[in-house]
Parts: sequence; C-alpha cells; structure tokens
Amino acid sequence: MSALLNISNLNVSIKLPHGTLSAVRDTTITLQKGRSLGIVGESGSGKSMTALSLMRLLPRSGDFTADAIEFDGTNLLSLDDRRFAETISGPGIGMIFQEPMTSLNPVYTIGRQMTEAAVWRGMMSAPAARTKAIALLDRVGIPDPEGRMSQYPHQMSGGQRQRVMIAMTLMLDPKLLIADEPTTALDVTVQAQILDLLDDLRRERDMGMILISHDLAVVAQRTDAVAVMYGGEMIEQGPAEAVLRLPAHPYTQSLLNAIPQISGAPGRLGAIPGLVPSIMQATNTCIFAPRCAHAHAACTAQRPPSRAQGGGHMCRCVLDTPPTIVTSVTPLRASAPQPDTEPVLSARDVTRVYTSRRGMFGPKRDIRALDDVSLDLRKGETLALIGESGSGKSTLARILLGLDHPTSGAVFMGGRPVAEVAVKDRAHFVQPVFQDPYSSLNPRRRLAEIIARPLELSGHGSAAENDALVRSTLELVRLPLRLLHAYPSQLSGGQRQRVAIARALVTKPQVLVCDEPTSALDVSIQAQILNLLDDLKAEMGLTCLFITHDMAVVHQIADRVVVMLKGQVVEEGAARQVLRQPNNDYTRRLVAAAPRFEAKTEEMEIVQ
Amino acid sequence: MTDVQITQTTAAPQAETEGLSPGQELRQRMLGHTGFLIGAGLITLVVLIAIFAPLLAPHDPYAQSLANRMLPPIWQEGGSADYLLGTDQNGRDYLSRLIYGTRISVTIGIGAATIGLLIGVTFGVLAGYFGGWVDHVISFLLTAQLALPGLLLAMALVFIIGPSIWVVIGIVGVLHWTYYLVVTRSATQRLRSLDFVAASAASGASAPQIILHEILPNLIPQIIVIFTFELGISILAELSLSFLGVGIQPPTPSWGLMIAEGKQAMFFRPWLVILPGICLFLLVIGANLMGDGLRDITSPEGRNG
Repeated sequence: MSALLNISNLNVSIKLPHGTLSAVRDTTITLQKGRSLGIVGESGSGKSMTALSLMRLLPRSGDFTADAIEFDGTNLLSLDDRRFAETISGPGIGMIFQEPMTSLNPVYTIGRQMTEAAVWRGMMSAPAARTKAIALLDRVGIPDPEGRMSQYPHQMSGGQRQRVMIAMTLMLDPKLLIADEPTTALDVTVQAQILDLLDDLRRERDMGMILISHDLAVVAQRTDAVAVMYGGEMIEQGPAEAVLRLPAHPYTQSLLNAIPQISGAPGRLGAIPGLVPSIMQATNTCIFAPRCAHAHAACTAQRPPSRAQGGGHMCRCVLDTPPTIVTSVTPLRASAPQPDTEPVLSARDVTRVYTSRRGMFGPKRDIRALDDVSLDLRKGETLALIGESGSGKSTLARILLGLDHPTSGAVFMGGRPVAEVAVKDRAHFVQPVFQDPYSSLNPRRRLAEIIARPLELSGHGSAAENDALVRSTLELVRLPLRLLHAYPSQLSGGQRQRVAIARALVTKPQVLVCDEPTSALDVSIQAQILNLLDDLKAEMGLTCLFITHDMAVVHQIADRVVVMLKGQVVEEGAARQVLRQPNNDYTRRLVAAAPRFEAKTEEMEIVQ
Repeated sequence: MTDVQITQTTAAPQAETEGLSPGQELRQRMLGHTGFLIGAGLITLVVLIAIFAPLLAPHDPYAQSLANRMLPPIWQEGGSADYLLGTDQNGRDYLSRLIYGTRISVTIGIGAATIGLLIGVTFGVLAGYFGGWVDHVISFLLTAQLALPGLLLAMALVFIIGPSIWVVIGIVGVLHWTYYLVVTRSATQRLRSLDFVAASAASGASAPQIILHEILPNLIPQIIVIFTFELGISILAELSLSFLGVGIQPPTPSWGLMIAEGKQAMFFRPWLVILPGICLFLLVIGANLMGDGLRDITSPEGRNG
C-alpha cells in the first residue's frame, strides 16, 4: 500500500508582536490510503496549525518549512499556490471546520454553494452537479434533499449545516478529508451521529481522513492511528488501540487520567498541574518536563529522542520503558449528602414565556422556554441539570439566580418566596459561575476588585474585613496571592474560571449555580476545576446546581440528576440510577452518546 | 490533596501570568505606532502653545499700529525682524495673533467635544443598556439630529442667542453627539450580554451600579477615540462659523476669523489666509492622526482575550 500523505519534519512559526511562536516543531505524519489518523491535543498544542499549513491556510503572520510534503505521489513543496489551489485543495484534500454556523455563506442557497466549486472547475455540468449534490445531501442524512437545495443556511440547525459542509466537501471527491474539531460546536447526541457519518463515508469512499480533536476518547474510537500533540510537538503516535490502552508518554497517561469516566465509581481526576506552554525559542529539553510527575535530570539535559515502542508506536520520552500507569483510583473527598435534607432552593411550576415581535408593529410570537418546571435543590447535594442547547436549562438558571422572572410559578429561597428576599441578600444565598471564563470577568478590573465586588455591593463589612475575605477565598480556589493585582487578560482560561468561582464563593452563599463551568476548558483544566469543586463540597458542604451536557461529568460530580427537554423536566432521579437505567428515551440517547472507554490496563474493553 | 494542589500550582511559575496588564499593553502599542506619536506630538505642542501664549507671543495681539499695516513675513521683501510673520490690516502682529488663536481653537475643540461626549455617551449607554422604548425614543432623537442641517442650525442659534465664545462652544457641542451615541450604544448592547454583567446583577447590583462600575470602564477606549475625532470636527465647525461672521467676534484672535478678515486681500497678501490655514491644517490632522492611531491601538483585532 502506498502512502497517501507523507509529511516529514514540519515546522510552523507564527510572528507575534513580542517574538516568534514556534507553533509546530519537527512533526512527521504518514497516512496510508483509506486509513484514518486522529490528531489530539489541548488548545495551543499545534494540532490545527499542522492541518492549516498542509492546506496553506496559515494566518498571514505564519510560515512553515518541511523536509518533504508528499500527497498522492505529488511533491506539494514544489507546487506554487495557483497549482495547489487548482489540483490539491478541493479535489485532493477537503477540509471541514469547527464552526458550522459560519462556514456557510448566509446569502447563497445551499444548492448554489454545493454545486459552485465543481461547476466552476469544469468538473461537471450544472445539471450533473445538481444531481450529485442531491444524492450527497441524501447520503449525509438531510431529509428532503431536493427541497433543501433552494434553502438558505439560516433555515437549518447546526448539525444539519455540518452535514451540508461534509456533503459539500465530498462534491469534489477528495482523496483526503481533514476534519478540524467537526463536532465541538454541536450537541452531544448530534456529535456521535456526525462522527459515525464521517467514519462510514471514509470506508465507503476509501478516503484518507485526519480527525483533529481535543477529545482523546472520541478520536481513539473512530480512527486507526492516533497522534498526540503537546506544545507543538508530536509526543506520541501509534495505533489507536495501543495509544489508548498502553499510553507510553507520561502526558498521554495524565490526559487519559484527567478524563471523567462514565463507568466504575467516580474518583479524583488526575489533574495535570500548570499550563500548556507556548514555545518562543528552540528548546533542548523535554517540553513536558515542568509538568511531568516522572521528570528527572535527564529530561532537561537534552531533547528526548523519538523511541519506537513496537508496532508503529512511537513516543518522545527519555524513559526506556513507559512509566507504569497508576491504576488505583483516589476516591472523591466529598461524601454523599444526607438523604432528604430540606430544600434550600426550589422552583414550583415555573413557566417562562418569551414574547417577540417582528419589528415595532409586527405580530406577537410566544416562545415557551420553560413549561411548568418544578425542582428542589437540597442542602449539601450536587444536582446536575442536563439538556441540549435550547432545552431551557440556562433560562431556569437565570430565574433561580433572580436575573429573570417566571411568567407564572414561584421560586423559593430557603423556604421563602424569592420576592421576599431583598436583592442585596440574594448574593449571600445563591451565586453564579458561568460557562465562558473570557466573558465572565470584567477585563478592566483587577482580580482583587472583581472578587471583592459582591461584598461591596452587599454593603457588609469594612474594607479590611473584605480584603481578608478576598485573600482567604483566593486561597480556597488554589490561586496564588500575587495574582490579586493582575488583570483577567493575564490569566489562562482555567485560572479565570477559578477567579469566577472565588467571586461566587466570597459571600459564602448557600448555593452555587454553575452553568456549564468546564465545557469551554481543556480536559486537564476541566479535571482541575472538577477536583476543586469536590474539595469545596468536602470542606464547605456546598450545595451546587451543575448545568452540563456531558454525562461523564454528571457521573463524576452529581448526586442527583434532572433531565430537561424542550422546556420540560423529562426525568429526575439519583445520578447512579439515571445513568445506569435511564427511563426516558431522550435520556437513553444522551447516555448512549457519551463517549466511554477504559484507560486502565486491566479492563481492556471498549464499551461501545 | 490540598498540599499537592498548592505545590502543583507553584510548579510552573514561568507560566503563572501571560502577557502584560491592559495598561502596560496599551502603552507598548502606543509607543510602536508612528501615526499616533506624530498626532499626539502635534496636539501636545498646540496645547502647550495655548497655555504659554503670553510668554511666547512677541507682541500684544490686540495692539494696533497703523504705520505697520500689512507688513509681509520676514522672508519676503519688506519684512522686518520685529514682525516675524508680518502684520494684518490693522497692523497687529500676525505671529502673536496666531499664537493666541490656539487658545480659541483648543478651548472650542475640547469644550465642544466634551459637551458632545456627555450628551452622546449618556444617551448611548441608556439606549444600549435599557433597550425597549428608551432605545426607540433615543434612536428617534438620533434620526432627527441627523436630518438637521448642522451649520444652518448653528448659524440660526448663534443669531438668536448672540455670539460669544461660550455660545459657540455650547452650540457646536450640542450638535456633535451622534457619533458618540452610535458607538457607545452598540458597545453597551454587546457588553450588557456578557456574563460579568449577569454576575454583578446576581450579586444585587442596581442598573446605575452596573453601568458605572462594569460598563463605562470598558467604553473608555472607544470614547477617547471619538473624542479625538470630534476635537478636529469641532475646530472646523468653529472655523466655519467664524468665517461666516456668526462665530468668534473681532477683535478676538481666532484662526477662522483671521481667514475671513484676510480674504479681501487674499490675492495680494496671500499669507493672511495661508498662515492660519497651515496652523489649522496641522491641528486638525494632528487630531485625526491621534484618533486613527488610538483606534488601531485599542481595536480588539490581534488582541488575545
């Protein structure tokens, strides 16, 4: 079998105002015809840059060099941009991007966008292109493909748009398909369908495929080989089974330990300390050494060689034999709450109807975001609220926080109707943590001001008392005190989320409402935050409403579960039970869609 | 586990904070922007001249000397070292009048741009924050303002109220708030939907507290940019009014008035028009360069986070 793609020693550098970032270093990729490769890494690991440099789509300040890039027998390095655009990008290599909402042009119909490239290139006539487009739309699972051809992108959902993107890429029959985080922006139940579709199409058409993702579990299930990138280097590469079950590099091992598992008893996650580095100059050391539990003198003395582990499994580490994986699971620190404690926050028959008008005098339209929702949050428990986007879970959170008011129904705080609780006192009762750590902190305020703000607003305590509280809260979320006078832009995403938690905890509220607090974070950072929440539960007896769509996170953190669909509660129960024996059809689909795998060596079984 | 966590956080001190604080970053970007430096230099120079005018001016700008009428500048035939840039129709030293003229231009520029700022930012933040009927009313005011012919209205108002420098400042300011409104309104709408505003509201912050503490600090960069542009626009508006005779009244030295007075003799004594023109050009281009530069410096593109 001949190699479809062969990249050797790829280096990508990006010019930044304060130096040159070495985004990818000495990366070698080989892909056989009809095979698939997964490139995995956290944000900033260089995985997307590798794909973009292959497609010549690097940002203007970026540049790449390589010893060789061969695609299907053609030397791509000697091809000028014009020839590359004519012969390679499109008919040779097709690419699917992360954001289906912005990768289609909103002013053209689906049909025009799908057929344009093929007709313009003279590959087929317009009627033939139309026939092919309809067939492909049908193949990717779009209902009524003929009618869809004359529709515009805004008339479709995110999942459908991503299907259209896939069909559009397939119009030119590429030999290699690159999918860069194709499902990150989609709902979980849709994610699995799209990934399965991609895998099926690859087999049918005997295409090569490169799947780029931050999710090791997702990638390892659907590809033949996996490459793990870290800080711009490919630190481990090999058959998917081998990398997933017998990871050789300490980083891969830590990454696998950091992923919450849906099977087995929940335990502490193996959080990786520190941050993914940005390498500005050439290094002669192991780039993972500062965060590595097995680091010793040899790691910083030289750059570790690439070692073969047998069976095409490669690893860049100084250790001769891979360090043994720690298989014992540290149990969670927080114990299960007392059953049937009194509810601290409850919603009774809450309905929220949004009325929208088209323009100033248009007809009214009612949207029922919440429909008769009742829910009790008991003292000391963590209640997971699960649902897809648009299920009303964030609206419910806003109402529980007092940011929005129900159209009918009532919210009770500590047994009292919320209207009787003064606005100033609510902060001592319930506080939020939001999803996006980048928008939840005021960029123009220092951390000390941000964390102290709820105290100032409530008007209790002197400045000195507040300052002492801010400092102790900062320690509580494991942030060093020297960051007190830093601005949010100087922090990483995980650090920002800790600040958001600190701001929520500084008033010592009884309840924390966390709206997807980890879904914008990398796996290793998510593990840090989930462990922190476990600590807080153990130390403070925190009551927590945790909104999420990730069933593995639910398993990790929740005592009870409430599942929402289209504004209604469809299932409620103890977390173990709902995950093991979901009663509702929708819950079953959610549980089935959650990626599950076993990283532990003893239990070599992939549950599909 | 607690101990482990703490040692873990300190394990990578080099990665503790990335980059500079917003203030430091701004300073760095300013120093690296040539256009901004030229503009800011010109503006600073003019402001300094305005402040120290009595020390710099070689003559009294009001002192008339009919014996020395219409002297040409020193580099032309008949010029004298006593009057470096010559004299005007009434024999007043042109250099001294130009130097004192900076006071009028700078006062009117800053005064009018500030009045516009107060009106525009107040309306913009209210419309953006509250939306609904408040937004409808303010948007109607904006449409009405844009439909009015500014110069004509200004002339009519000065005519009714009577010309003085404070009236000119007030009227020019009251007519130049739309740009502030448009920008702050959309910026407030965007900021309002961000989570830190919701977090503040969840802690019991009232609307004024949110606007003052969370929203306004984030609008400052945009407001400064518009202020700089409005500075130039207001100065030109004063020039037009003074040129038309309804702005600054003689004998106050204003560049606009000097151009108007010099225009009868323009073909024989061109410097009477050219010199104040050059001063005005430098001041306005300085304001615009500074505004352009500030816009580049504070624009979000290329900034991470």
